[in-house]
Amino acid sequence: MSDSSPEPLLLEVRNVTKRFPGVIALNKVSLRLGRGEVLSVIGENGAGKSTLMKILAGVQEPDSGDIAIDGNSEPIDSVQRAFDVGIALIHQELNLSDNLSVGANIFLGREPRKAGLIDSKAIRREAQAVLDRVGLKVSPRTLVRDLPIGQQQLVEIARALSVKARILIMDEPTSSLSTGEATKLFEVIKDLRSNGVSVIYISHRLGEVAELSNRVTVLRDGENAGEIPREEISHDRMVKLMVGRDISEFYDRKQHASGDETLTVENVVTVENPKEKVSFSVRAGEIVGISGLVGAGRTELLQAIFGVTPPLSGSIRIDGSAVQLKTPKDAIRHGLALVPEDRKLQGLVLEMAVQQNIGLAGLKRHKKRFGFLNSVREVADTTEMIGKLRIKTPTAQQVVQYLSGGNQQKVVLGKWLALKPKVLLLDEPTRGIDIGAKQEIYRLMEELAGEGVSVLFVSSEMEEIIGMSDRVLVMHEGRLTGELQRDELSEEAVMQLATGNVKTEAGAAS
Amino acid sequence: MKKNLGILMLFVVVFMITAWQNPNFINAYNLQNLIQRASLYGIIGIGVSFVIITGGIDLSIGSMIGLVGATLPFLIVTKEYPLAVGLGVVIGLSLLIGLAHGLLITKLNLQPFVVTLCGLLIYRGCARWLTGDAVQGFGSGFKGIKQLAIGKIPLGELPVVGKFALPIPFLLFVGLAVVAAIFLNKTIYGRYMLALGRNEQAARYSGINTHAMTILAYVICSAIAGFGAMLFAFDVNSIQPDNFGNFYELYAIAAAVLGGCSLRGGEGSIFGVMIGAAILPLLRNSINLLGLPTTLEFAIIGFVILAGVIVDELVKRYAAKRRRIAASQMADA
Repeated sequence: MSDSSPEPLLLEVRNVTKRFPGVIALNKVSLRLGRGEVLSVIGENGAGKSTLMKILAGVQEPDSGDIAIDGNSEPIDSVQRAFDVGIALIHQELNLSDNLSVGANIFLGREPRKAGLIDSKAIRREAQAVLDRVGLKVSPRTLVRDLPIGQQQLVEIARALSVKARILIMDEPTSSLSTGEATKLFEVIKDLRSNGVSVIYISHRLGEVAELSNRVTVLRDGENAGEIPREEISHDRMVKLMVGRDISEFYDRKQHASGDETLTVENVVTVENPKEKVSFSVRAGEIVGISGLVGAGRTELLQAIFGVTPPLSGSIRIDGSAVQLKTPKDAIRHGLALVPEDRKLQGLVLEMAVQQNIGLAGLKRHKKRFGFLNSVREVADTTEMIGKLRIKTPTAQQVVQYLSGGNQQKVVLGKWLALKPKVLLLDEPTRGIDIGAKQEIYRLMEELAGEGVSVLFVSSEMEEIIGMSDRVLVMHEGRLTGELQRDELSEEAVMQLATGNVKTEAGAAS
Repeated sequence: MKKNLGILMLFVVVFMITAWQNPNFINAYNLQNLIQRASLYGIIGIGVSFVIITGGIDLSIGSMIGLVGATLPFLIVTKEYPLAVGLGVVIGLSLLIGLAHGLLITKLNLQPFVVTLCGLLIYRGCARWLTGDAVQGFGSGFKGIKQLAIGKIPLGELPVVGKFALPIPFLLFVGLAVVAAIFLNKTIYGRYMLALGRNEQAARYSGINTHAMTILAYVICSAIAGFGAMLFAFDVNSIQPDNFGNFYELYAIAAAVLGGCSLRGGEGSIFGVMIGAAILPLLRNSINLLGLPTTLEFAIIGFVILAGVIVDELVKRYAAKRRRIAASQMADA
């Protein structure tokens, strides 16, 4: 689709601004989408992609700016309104009721009725028609929970098509798909495109962005960073616009003389992947990254080490001596700390103040006689952490939920750093935080490694994995498929292992 | 203190209206009675607020009071065991019940509502079976220990109210409240309960033994309910196993909720619970003295509680909105 057509653009977003407490998520962002076009929107976490898509889908309203469909300004003030103008959002986490059938899901909320009752026959007939369009060969009567994740996603797309969506917004659609499922999805997308459906495609995987897109729009820090036409799309160009500066400068890593092994994991079997044994070790002063696709078992591995879900078998040694870590309490006593993946659910007590959150893990260690709180210590630790981590908060008594994502994450870090851990486990430490906070977290990881702390972190962001790690462990379906040294690191090498191609050279895990 | 302003206002308003409409309200006799009732309900309210703060609930308190209240006189009067044995048995029984609740809820992951609902049925049944459904009482004996429930300390002639004596349960209530408030706000265990009531996962990830703290909350609740049962029993002196303590769990829960405890957990102040506990007997007393039809009693109490929580919710929303605005202004600066 070229821009030469005289008719107005299908969708035009003009100067949209959106603020949240403590952060400007979108600052005068614009975007254009033609008919039958696949437009990729890329940017780092916190660049504003998700907010922009939520605005388009009517989940949130912009503070200013406007949205035009077919050249007419349309206030999209509700999800229903977005449906009416033909916009459908396909969420990163699928929005299906997995206890219901495929057909019931496709027509959820707008079931055809006959004499007041649900007309199952009509549902089956019409569901079948849209399922055919996305090339999904299952009966509308199948329960959604019986489908693999890739097919569930196609059900979502079918649902969008059944409401006559003209614009499909796909938010990280391949993040939990296998390579085969992803390839299948790309075919469906290309097919839809040739049938005149437009797609806004959001992904961190620059390879697939290059393959699918007619055009790429890059966001950075909530602003338009640039646009790349089809013929100029290249990996370097995209990265440069996303990061906005030289990568090596962004990830400021120094070489540390790494010390003795602090954490040794031997033949550990997690509850989620009972058939795989995982072994590796981390030295003092080392930063080790764990990469892999979503669902590769990385989070589960960290949780097993930290005693959240203790491993079924295998052994864990700290500073060379075997330890039993049955609960996080045990792990903390042995000098471990975990910054969990979901900071709102697992990292913070959102309704409590900054001070109470930072103090939470250390209450027992610093308690006074008869279990009385050591408030002096708590205040001192909080003051130190607010300063050291540059937590932006009006006071130490501010309730954490009113802080921005980056500052919330710093509070989680502060809670652990106050305990001076030997081994710091981080699970997606920069997810959903702005670029400034991100850089500070990298600086902190570097600083801790310099002090001899072992840092083990899981990340889905390739740039981060490559930029920060001394060594990378790659997982695929619960298995450690390989290990890459700093000089062997490349996006291709990591992806190879992440999709299950086991490294064959010496030193590979089996 | 600021958080409990609403409930305090409600208390003052009802108190003033009643005093203004019926001068008998503020005579010493009526006030002494009111304070005594409020103290007894307040004691069990403090107990259940620990469970509510951890995000749980205890529906079995009323039946437990029935069981303990019937067992004590059954042992020391009907069966003529020494007082110490009777007290030992009911204290042990109370602790055991709390421990059982806590273990079932944490180790078997059963829902607190279900566990304590079963408790409600079980303890009532046990009380009736044990005593053969016969009325139990202490007769005219046990004068010493009865003073805990019905004793008064004369304070002499006071202005307005006249010759006044302070009920001893009030002292027990205030003493318990002070200990509870210190525990909740000044010890790490209180902080643990508040944290796990808000977000059990985050508490566990921070190294808190959430199971132990939850069990402790249920044990505290049952222990205090057992103590309350003993006071209630000495107070009425005639215990009918089939209805003694009926609905008391709801009074206790209502007191906690009125006092600012959220049934979602993690919130609550002991001072609030004290006022909340005082409001219920105050309302009953007011309905009587104002000449309102007593048949409306439950409806009026229900409406007042509902109004209380609605106002509380609106105030909270307003505060949250103001805080959000303040936070966004800071971001712009």
